[in-house]
Amino acid sequence: MTTICACALTSKMWLYVGKALGRLNRRHCGLISKGCLRQLHNNELTDSCYDGMYPGHIHTTPIQKALLAVGSGVAALQNPYRHDMVAVLGETTGHLALMNLRDRMRNDPEGYTVLTERPRIRLSTLDLNRMASLPDGSFGREYLRFLEDNHVTPDSRADVKFVDHEELAYVMQRYREVHDLLHTLLGMPTNMLGEVAVKWFEAAQTGLPMCALGAVLGPLRLSSSRLQSLFTSLGPWALQNGRRSRCILSIFYERRWEQNLEDLRQELNIEPPPPVILGETNKRTVKEE
Amino acid sequence: MAASMRLLVRRAIRLTHRNINVTTAGASGQTGCCCFSDAAGDRSTHFGFETVPETEKAKRVYKVFENVAQKYDVMNDAMSLGVHRLWKDMLLHVMHPQPGVRLLDVAGGTGDIAFRFLEYVRSQQERQRRRATRSMQTPSWQDISDNYSNENGEESKESRAVVCDINKEMLKVGKQKADSMGMGTGLSWVVGDAEELPFDDNQFDIYSIAFGIRNVTHIEQALQEALRVLKPGGRFMCLEFSKVTNPVLARLYDAYSFQMIPVLGEVIAGDWKSYQYLVESIRKFPDQEEFKGMIEDAGFYCVQYYNLTGGVVALHSGFKL
Repeated sequence: MTTICACALTSKMWLYVGKALGRLNRRHCGLISKGCLRQLHNNELTDSCYDGMYPGHIHTTPIQKALLAVGSGVAALQNPYRHDMVAVLGETTGHLALMNLRDRMRNDPEGYTVLTERPRIRLSTLDLNRMASLPDGSFGREYLRFLEDNHVTPDSRADVKFVDHEELAYVMQRYREVHDLLHTLLGMPTNMLGEVAVKWFEAAQTGLPMCALGAVLGPLRLSSSRLQSLFTSLGPWALQNGRRSRCILSIFYERRWEQNLEDLRQELNIEPPPPVILGETNKRTVKEE
Repeated sequence: MAASMRLLVRRAIRLTHRNINVTTAGASGQTGCCCFSDAAGDRSTHFGFETVPETEKAKRVYKVFENVAQKYDVMNDAMSLGVHRLWKDMLLHVMHPQPGVRLLDVAGGTGDIAFRFLEYVRSQQERQRRRATRSMQTPSWQDISDNYSNENGEESKESRAVVCDINKEMLKVGKQKADSMGMGTGLSWVVGDAEELPFDDNQFDIYSIAFGIRNVTHIEQALQEALRVLKPGGRFMCLEFSKVTNPVLARLYDAYSFQMIPVLGEVIAGDWKSYQYLVESIRKFPDQEEFKGMIEDAGFYCVQYYNLTGGVVALHSGFKL
């Protein structure tokens, strides 16, 4: 009697495994681009047609996500300049944190507007001339100054690929695009110490595992003097403010370029940065070292 | 208990058959008649599991290989865990080229087959020379002077390999490899389309195409061109991914291909879609018997195939007589 039950159980188990494997394979075998079929007549190139929930979305199974998380983590640790790997790590590990962020945005009236209107921060959407004409101390002017001093551009952010929900993908994209604005808000340059400080703030704010990982592993590459300033003044300031500040993704930055930076900081509950010698540009930091 | 086991086995076989049928139906449907005209009159073909116009496919394949060219060799090692080297060595072993033959390696991109060919031929030459010297341990003055005149003549027995590829990036990577390995002599690099080779008739002794023919839009045309450029007595050799015969291995192979390989592509090369295309194009390629039939239809004789690694790769060979 018991042997029959055991056999029935194992056969059920194998059936389940077989079906699961088959389902996995079939899902991939059956993928045909709906967008592409429609555009067969127009002969358009693939950039305009996509399958998935948003342009650039790639379907992944849970196994693939796990493999991606591990692989991208290893690749990012080996070569920290591989920003695409950091991005992939964030996407594959951040599901819960993204949902949390999205709920916080929904509960905030301005955040809700951001979620519905879906603004994107790109060179094509920014009016640089108008921002340059704004007075010093205004948010837009300081942001522009930050871009110029550090030789960065808002177009360098990778697109979201592996988040399986359209709204969460937008939240992730917004997080990436707001990163530079955060540098301006916090007054941090793009050298290693500044980046680590911003990562600590983001880890406390968003709870994304990728930020937490960056916050833990980033300090390993700092010199001892910078480590000291990180742990004594910069770090605690970043963590405290990350926790108490308003959700930084909920702000409609595109409508606040004229606002004074200090006013914006007060509104978001962010204290001004502590007086630490950081070095404004990378060139100066090289000379310091 | 026996009854439930039989039921389980039958259900498992049905599941695998369904998978194989889905893919072979797709494959035979596409390759048997590669065209179903729509209102505009364009013919369409497959690009992985997508359906695209035929004119589009070549462009997209070009783009895929342009993107992967730099990391092609690294990815090959990672995806096949180094086994692709054994497959290519097997190709050379079956080919068994003798000094003096001319090889045309189509879709030879990064030059793996051509390099192996040159090494093989040179080691063969060494062997022959050693055999000759061993058999002539105490030469007479007449023999020594004969040898001197022979050595001058041996220049004409120099083997040459021509690497032909439609993609300039892949050839660039191949040339860099050749320079770094110091294998300049005896190699030429030519840009060309397998469906329309830039060579005269009856030029080559051996035509090889390794892991390239499944990317060609019109496979029959490529086979026709192969027949044209080969000398009478020449050999056609094709190494390509094929159908795994063992059902258990097939399921594992499918799972590995679809789960692991695009992930490796994303992590190592930063390109998921190209490697997704690669594994899908393998499923769309005809199986061993069907491809053998296509080679015979093109006009080759004594066509046979060898399954490597349980059918993961098949080595097809045919002769122009």
